Amino acid sequence: MIRIPALRFGKEYTSLDKAQLVHHVTGEPVAEVSQVTGSQIARDLGQMDRARQILADIPMADILGMYKKAADYFANAKLPCGDTELDFDGYVRNLSATTGSPMVFCRRNALKVHYVLENIEEVIGGLTRGLDPEFFDKGFTTRGGRMQAFFPTTNVFGAVLPSNSPGVHSLWVPTIAFKMPLLLKPGREEPWTPFRVLQSFIKAGVPPQVLGFLPSDHSGANDILRLCGRSMAFGDDRTMAPYRNDHRVEIHGTGYSKIIFGDDKAPSWDKYLDMLVESIAANGGRACVNASAVWTPSHADAMAMGIAKRFAVMKPRPWDDPNCEISAFAKPEVAEAINNMVDEGLKTPGARDVTLEVRGTPRLVKEGRIAYLLPTVIRCDSPEHPLANKEFLFPYASVIECPQDDILHRIGYTLAGTVLSDDKAFVSSAMACSHVERLNVGPLPTNRLTWDQPHEGNLFTHLYKQRAFSQAAFTGSK
Amino acid sequence: MSTSKHAPIDYFSPAEWFNPSESLESKVKRAKEQLDKHVRDIVKWHFSPETGCEFWLEKAKSYSFNPLTDVKGADDLHLFGTFEDDWLRGGPISRWVPKGFAGKPVYVFETGGTTGLPKSRMVIDDFRIDYEMMSETLPDKHFPKGSNWLMLGPSGPRRLRLAIEHLTQHRGGVCFCVDLDPRWVVKLIKARNIEQANLYKEHCIDQALTILAGGHDIKCMFTTPKLLASFDEALRAGKLEEKYRSLGKKVPPGGLRSIKAAGILGLFTGGTEFTPQFTREAYEEMLDNGDVYMTPTYGNTLMGLACSKPIGPHDGFKITYYAPQPRAMTEVVDPKDYSRKVGYGETGRVLLTTLTREFFVPRFPERDEGEREAPYERYPWDGVSGVRPFSELAATTVVGVY
Repeated sequence: MIRIPALRFGKEYTSLDKAQLVHHVTGEPVAEVSQVTGSQIARDLGQMDRARQILADIPMADILGMYKKAADYFANAKLPCGDTELDFDGYVRNLSATTGSPMVFCRRNALKVHYVLENIEEVIGGLTRGLDPEFFDKGFTTRGGRMQAFFPTTNVFGAVLPSNSPGVHSLWVPTIAFKMPLLLKPGREEPWTPFRVLQSFIKAGVPPQVLGFLPSDHSGANDILRLCGRSMAFGDDRTMAPYRNDHRVEIHGTGYSKIIFGDDKAPSWDKYLDMLVESIAANGGRACVNASAVWTPSHADAMAMGIAKRFAVMKPRPWDDPNCEISAFAKPEVAEAINNMVDEGLKTPGARDVTLEVRGTPRLVKEGRIAYLLPTVIRCDSPEHPLANKEFLFPYASVIECPQDDILHRIGYTLAGTVLSDDKAFVSSAMACSHVERLNVGPLPTNRLTWDQPHEGNLFTHLYKQRAFSQAAFTGSK
Repeated sequence: MSTSKHAPIDYFSPAEWFNPSESLESKVKRAKEQLDKHVRDIVKWHFSPETGCEFWLEKAKSYSFNPLTDVKGADDLHLFGTFEDDWLRGGPISRWVPKGFAGKPVYVFETGGTTGLPKSRMVIDDFRIDYEMMSETLPDKHFPKGSNWLMLGPSGPRRLRLAIEHLTQHRGGVCFCVDLDPRWVVKLIKARNIEQANLYKEHCIDQALTILAGGHDIKCMFTTPKLLASFDEALRAGKLEEKYRSLGKKVPPGGLRSIKAAGILGLFTGGTEFTPQFTREAYEEMLDNGDVYMTPTYGNTLMGLACSKPIGPHDGFKITYYAPQPRAMTEVVDPKDYSRKVGYGETGRVLLTTLTREFFVPRFPERDEGEREAPYERYPWDGVSGVRPFSELAATTVVGVY
């Protein structure tokens, strides 16, 4: 069993309180993770002015060089992991073991993290819309003769991370490049990626005093959100409700991402079937950018049937099978609760589980100490049906028929929306639609991200605020 | 032996057990004899028509045994079954006042009461006796006689506020208190109004800082684990220094950013939130690696005050409590069979018995569980460690809110 300490900004800390992580299939202990308390977090945060100064003193060119090295170490080196060392394969294996996400998904997501480390200049260029990196050394820069000055909104960035979606780690990776100390509270079952990224940074020369890895409970998470000047957190609508109006916290919650057909493309829906399936089910369908609804003015029955036929052949496979398409639930009671929610929704007339009709077997599959939820398509007769606008932690989508003119008025909040239409007026309406965050026009899956355009929030504008700045030379002074 | 103004049947000096030349075996034997005699004395008091209270005299009519003749020692207490704390809800409170104390001024201390009726306990002198006994265990180096204290804990109809004040006065000092209503905090937490709960906590801490900044030469304090952490956080954030400046006072050289720097030498604490990890954090990070002495205690309105073995890295920061026997005793029992004590080191539910002339509580199943600990030379009877909310009740109980 691996014993993973907390990293308290330069000091490894083995706590008397530890969370034990077990293999989702066998129940065998895999790791013990030291837990810290909210008051320890508060005490460590008292050192952040000093930590930020340490980063401020490192030239930006050096920091960018450290990212390149860290990228290499992350993907290729044996790195410390508590009382042992792990190579990349060992890291992926442990990540899969404790989260229930198949190894193939874990590897794919880890490579996203690697991409951001490797291409940090491209990423920060996108986040800052091309700001000259010299800004981070000087506090201002000029472009086209125009002054560009910003000031930091905090002295530390805190991230309260989830266990179920390793790809999200790419979101906080640029923090150090913005010369901001970083505090990570890993998800209970996913200490692996945050710890490995921090170890890569440390090996690459980033001072440990600017890096915190502080596993804690819900109360500790609340303390991070309360005490950090800027933070991000992942959670469902209910968990995040207290922070909904707190501008210091960037919330990553349910996405309600969607595919939207126009009148012109709906009849040829089968050309886009691969894209539909990928949008809904890629990476186990657990990301906020996975589509959870398909809106179309026509052909909804055929679309639902087409997707259902593709879903019906997806079967649970062993966690280390490279052809895995579905994530396991390490806690079967969670799968059971979600399954019950879908079944409860189906009791309201006007919806049917098309996958169930095609597959002929139940959605919930229990195997040993784990469970799976098989991909599911629900055909809803109207946008008002309780299952029309739902998002679950497995590949799930509703298919809703609605007149084109009404669609954009009725879809509600949409984190990532793909509009399939050549109708200029419809596309123009989509461009103007205020409740779609990331917009794709054309056959682009909702889950495909571009690193220079964040789909949700912008780390740079979260950590820095524009300021008016002028300076003049002193005359007559010696 | 200390001298006490209290009657010998009420006061038992802890110093009786401090003699290092007596073997533990001998002390254990003497302690058991002392307990058995005390059980006989107390049962006789509570079940004699001249001295007993209305509640127990009435209750005795339903017994198939005679408490005055059949209870010969602690092992016979099982005859009373278990005590139900619901008996303490509602009045009249007079039914609990022993006739032997008729006419004496009576306090009532309450516990619970966020919703519905609180549990009420009548008290005359017990809180004074308990805390005077506890006072004998405090090291004078860290709790100097004559020092002033800060009481950063619950106020209102609770034992703690008066007890700490009495402890301070007994040691020759003056106690400064804050206003803190834990019932309001429980309501806020149940309503998930965390923001208001945090504001209320800040309000309590601010009161403590104001007292410290007032120039009262505070050297000792009582607080709870959660408030200790918040108090430390406020000091480290420079809040006491801010308070000094706002009052136009000069911040002393070296600053006021730790409990030690604020002049506190000893800390008396209580609560079931004391996990070994929290104790370690307090010792290492809040109290300058033990420079400020901390003595955790376990107590409640029904019992007196259980002291702990000295805490520290030598023992993995384990906290082991020993009841103030013979005035109270704790047993760690099988949750499914209260008549069976678990083995040493094994986990069980804490069963509490209070044996004073003011109050008799036989075998009350506490809301806590822990591990049974062997007798220790300063406390030669069973103790309990790792006290935490009883797992079968934990989900429905809000604990450690202040």
